[in-house]
Amino acid sequence: MAQRDLQKVGRTPLLGLGGAELRPNVYDLAIFVLIAAAFVAMAYGAREIAAPASKLAVEPITLDPANLPGYALRTTLRMFAAIAASLVFTFVVATLAAKSRKAELVIVPALDILQSVPVLGFLTFTVVFFLRLFPGSELGAECAAVFAIFTSQAWNMAFSFYQSLRTVPSDLDEVSRHFQLSPWLKFWRLEAPFAAPGLIWNTMMSMSGGWFFVVASEAITVGDTTVKLPGIGSWLAVAIADKNIMAVVQAVLTMAVVILAYDQLLFRPIVAWADKFRFEQTAAQQRPRSWVYDLWRRGRVVRRLTLATAWIGRMISILPIGLARPARRVAPPASGRVSDIIWRLVVLVLSAYALWRIVLFTRSTLGWSDVRIAIEMGLLTLARVVVLIAVASAIWVPIGVWIGLRPRLATRVQPLAQFLAAFPANVLFPIAVVLIVSLQLNPDIWLSPLMVLGTQWYILFNVIAGASAFPTDLREASTLFRLRTWQWWRKVVIPGILPYYVTGALTATGGSWNASIVAEVASWGSTKLKAVGLGSYIADATEAADYPRVVLGIVVMSVMVVVCNRLVWRPLYRLAERRFRLA
Amino acid sequence: MDLATAPKVAPRADVAPLVVVDHVRKLYPKGSGDDLLVLDDVSLALRSNEIVSLLGRSGCGKSSLLRIIAGLLSSSDGRVTIGGREVDGPAEEVAMVFQTFALFPWLSVLENVEIGLEAQKVPPAERQKRALAAIDLIGLDGYESAYPKELSGGMRQRVGLARALVVHPKLLLMDEPFSALDVLTAETLRTDLLDLWNERRMPISSILLVTHNIEEAVLMSDRILVFSSNPGRLVAEIPVHLPMPRNRLDPAFRQMVDDIYALMTARPVSRPAGANLPGSGISLQVPRVSPNLLAGLMEAVAAEPFNGHADLPALAGPLQMEIDDLFPVAEALQLLRFAEVAEGDIRLTDAGRRFVQLDPDDRKRLFAQHVMAFVPLAQHIKRVLDDRDAHAAPASRFRDELEDSMSEDYAERTLRAVTSWGRYGEVFAYDEGTGVFSLDNPS
Repeated sequence: MAQRDLQKVGRTPLLGLGGAELRPNVYDLAIFVLIAAAFVAMAYGAREIAAPASKLAVEPITLDPANLPGYALRTTLRMFAAIAASLVFTFVVATLAAKSRKAELVIVPALDILQSVPVLGFLTFTVVFFLRLFPGSELGAECAAVFAIFTSQAWNMAFSFYQSLRTVPSDLDEVSRHFQLSPWLKFWRLEAPFAAPGLIWNTMMSMSGGWFFVVASEAITVGDTTVKLPGIGSWLAVAIADKNIMAVVQAVLTMAVVILAYDQLLFRPIVAWADKFRFEQTAAQQRPRSWVYDLWRRGRVVRRLTLATAWIGRMISILPIGLARPARRVAPPASGRVSDIIWRLVVLVLSAYALWRIVLFTRSTLGWSDVRIAIEMGLLTLARVVVLIAVASAIWVPIGVWIGLRPRLATRVQPLAQFLAAFPANVLFPIAVVLIVSLQLNPDIWLSPLMVLGTQWYILFNVIAGASAFPTDLREASTLFRLRTWQWWRKVVIPGILPYYVTGALTATGGSWNASIVAEVASWGSTKLKAVGLGSYIADATEAADYPRVVLGIVVMSVMVVVCNRLVWRPLYRLAERRFRLA
Repeated sequence: MDLATAPKVAPRADVAPLVVVDHVRKLYPKGSGDDLLVLDDVSLALRSNEIVSLLGRSGCGKSSLLRIIAGLLSSSDGRVTIGGREVDGPAEEVAMVFQTFALFPWLSVLENVEIGLEAQKVPPAERQKRALAAIDLIGLDGYESAYPKELSGGMRQRVGLARALVVHPKLLLMDEPFSALDVLTAETLRTDLLDLWNERRMPISSILLVTHNIEEAVLMSDRILVFSSNPGRLVAEIPVHLPMPRNRLDPAFRQMVDDIYALMTARPVSRPAGANLPGSGISLQVPRVSPNLLAGLMEAVAAEPFNGHADLPALAGPLQMEIDDLFPVAEALQLLRFAEVAEGDIRLTDAGRRFVQLDPDDRKRLFAQHVMAFVPLAQHIKRVLDDRDAHAAPASRFRDELEDSMSEDYAERTLRAVTSWGRYGEVFAYDEGTGVFSLDNPS
């Protein structure tokens, strides 16, 4: 009987090669090609990165289309290096925050702030830091670029993972304790799977945002050090310097191909796969789909490989790591409160000291008037962000609702909106700049739309998602009551999509602040365009290697973002969750 | 069968008890004031080869006691021994079945069943053999590779049962295992479990079942331990000598159910009506029952065949209410003097009979009179609102007052109950958004 059951469960011995079932089919071939390509790409890219620094000087970026695939590959590899680093960071830091109250006290607020800090402002310090760390090597610059991408994704990934760990269902936690799962096994059987959908969605969103930063961080000038890493970003920088519009177009097309491949080969399969970890006890009506994932599951040899990976995962999960069982007694330690207070004090003292150092650092060159100027600049940029988000909302909310209420259309448009959100808008900047220059438009006004060029899509696809999820019975009821158009928007639709809209607008606003650093300064050949604002303030200071002003600019911008989040978005989000969440 | 390897325990009543609970108390720390006493000095013993039910209403600490025995919760005082060894953490000899099933949605049925063995580092081959045997025993064969979300509630609880049995526990703890299932599914599962038990096909020597369903307790157990609420105390031990399989329609069975209803609604002579509820004055803990439900029950009692006087079990049957649904309503009616509850019976008072006859507006007026007369907290809120010039007061003010004498949870519940009654009777108004009580009624 046991033998029959074994086969029924489909659990054959590991990689038991043999039997008719194992003849490879078409799907296996397709996947094999994809994987082989990935391996080759990785091997090639890795060799290039390890090349000595002199090569950088010998072989500058050339606008030869034959080089483009190689550059695209390098850009993509940076992306993956960053995502790997972010994942490691997430597992370590978020787990620490969830398990230790003391760590939580520091990590959670830190993550919260770091999420709001303009990442590109960091670039100055990190480039210098990493160049010094690996003197004379390309590796330093690579690390700086990877770090820039890392800082754009790690925080919200860690935050999502931490929140999942804190909300593990109590009955499953009880089961784990009851059956005495070791902490390591519990992590792999309960915590990691439970957190998977949230983490994967966040990772994929971060990665979409990351393309913007990889392009921005490849070519950067700090004082007299100019770093141009081989990649699409550097290609673009050279094209701009050469006023080569063809090269810009080629970069745009290449980027489109890269993003499309990323979207189809990685994003969708992973989201479709992660669906099985969704914590719900009933089968969902609409599940995320991906043709690559379907291929993967249909291929026979590939399925064996999956089983093999699962087996390895299984082996990892029973490794005797973290042998220490949780304390047998469930009572909390008595000394907890006192040491908490001491810990809080230590943290406070340390941060006071840090503040003191910052003041010392900036005071030597900066006065109150500089602070005033920075704040004024900040207000200008704030005005831009507010106006642009309002305009983008006015355009995309009606369109999003219109699309979202038509399910067939929504399933087609939604991937497009997600694709557009992932597409690095800064690749398109030169085209806009050419237009502004040739039409002689006012850069203070016309450079601004670039800030929302890439981020407006977050509003669109969140609104589409919200409108798609709008319950049919409520729509029917409002139709029956013949609500007037304005009434329909105010009483029915807007409240219904508000939680989604707030999520989208929050993401878009954060992204726009970040984009201001690249969008408020633009050049075409020797022509420089500048919009007055905090973004150009930081960008100018970076170029002049004026570190105190960079710090000041970043601090002011972070404060503004945090204040906006606390005063506007969070209350709005809470209101939306409490009053308008449609279960 | 593979389960033949499991330890079989011969029925021996004379040996030392399997589980001894010795003067266990459980306190939960509270925001302010004294700690909340959940279990007060509970002692009991569980012998091999018996099914024992812990019967009580929600909040009587029966689930806490179960978790203390399982080693998931520590007691504040007293001790628990299993097989002579003191429990100081999750015990090997015990396995538990959860009310919510508590299955891992991302693991297949087989993997869910294997999880306990995996934690014990049982080799994979043996693990699978034992898991498949347990799955087979519990009637789940064919579903090994299914995921929980593909299964119905009854099937899911079978997985929970298989997962518990596969580790070969001596003691099976069941925390309201059938209460999340529909009536028919629950009955099937009960019968199947009893069959397995009576045929001695399960590798366990005792079952401890927590339930708030009186019939379930009488149907399944050899002994029923009845708990009182707030704090949880063991008030009665009732041996059930009816032969298995038991018939719900058997007069002896009905009599036993009636007796337990009577026991659970008995009012100590010294306490006035409403005193089944803990607390006094404004901190009287009011059950959270909607006015509609109160009216509904009054109508049901007033109607044929009861004509104002009903036997609680007879009332509960057709209404499909378990004691956790029925008792709070009955108690609320008693508190408002719309009904008298005693000896397992409910009898409408004159006010209750009148209420049923009235039209909606007059009902509200009568209800308001009773709320103001018999619910001290409602009087208090009204008085405060009358005294203030603005005729408004924040809910937090009253919540803080309540929390001086009860836990946050109960304070919230009591305040919500009184708020809902006050709104229905139009005694006062309440704005959910701002959390403010006021006297103005929106016109």
